[in-house]
Amino acid sequence: MISITHFLVVSAIIFCIGLYAVLAKRNAIMILVGIELMINAAILNFVAFSRYDKINYGGQVFALFAIVLAAAAVAVGLAIILNVYKYYKTIDPSNINELRD
Amino acid sequence: MTIDVLLFYAFATMAIGSALLLVSIRNTARALFLLFIVLFAMAGLYLFALADFIAITQILVYVGGVLILLIFAFMLSNKELLHDLQRVSHRFIMIPRWQALLLSAAFLSIMLYSFLSWSKSMPEWIETAQMNGTVISPADNNIQALGFRFMTQYVLPFEIISIFLMMALIGAAHISRKEQNA
Repeated sequence: MISITHFLVVSAIIFCIGLYAVLAKRNAIMILVGIELMINAAILNFVAFSRYDKINYGGQVFALFAIVLAAAAVAVGLAIILNVYKYYKTIDPSNINELRD
Repeated sequence: MTIDVLLFYAFATMAIGSALLLVSIRNTARALFLLFIVLFAMAGLYLFALADFIAITQILVYVGGVLILLIFAFMLSNKELLHDLQRVSHRFIMIPRWQALLLSAAFLSIMLYSFLSWSKSMPEWIETAQMNGTVISPADNNIQALGFRFMTQYVLPFEIISIFLMMALIGAAHISRKEQNA
């Protein structure tokens, strides 16, 4: 039986790698990948705590909800990225600095 | 050290190592394919937390759906994008992007410190669950239990999330259509 601290440490490391990708990357697709890594770290925490919750299965149920939310976020985010690319011809977020239609 | 602990460390090393390579590599296509490995290794880690259905859903939804979508978006916005990515900013001479590195390292150290100091005493509900024996064991039928919970206890969030997913997908299709048809 692997203790819960192992899961927490692994998920903290993955979360911080995702945070670094969000902060440092100059490419909207890689920022989306960083957000995915952070969501995955959160799901790992849900699942690790859910082992002690046999009555409600709360962690596993909400891990499934989080996966569905991540899929929806990626779909909408990619649609927005493609539109931004069509308009600005770049997806570097620091170059996209005007809001108008 | 038994075999399951060894396998856990192998999966954890695979996930962390390929995640580190993912953020350090410059080629976006390779980074997206490294995300495959990260997601598979995370699915393996879910198995060690005795969540077999979550692991399968992770492989189906993430690897089958989300990653294919990301690769599509990358390849649809390809040509000038590749040139954009090759340009390196020389603003920070010694360590590139050291602010982000510093910030995430500080966050990581705070989280690790809190986890390690917290791990000496488990929360109360975990201790009561261990005393009562209501801990998921490898022999349990997780998928059946999850199905019952979804259709009884969590039926309202389940329906809301399905409507939400449909709305998000229709919205995504609407945003990304061609402008001439608008």
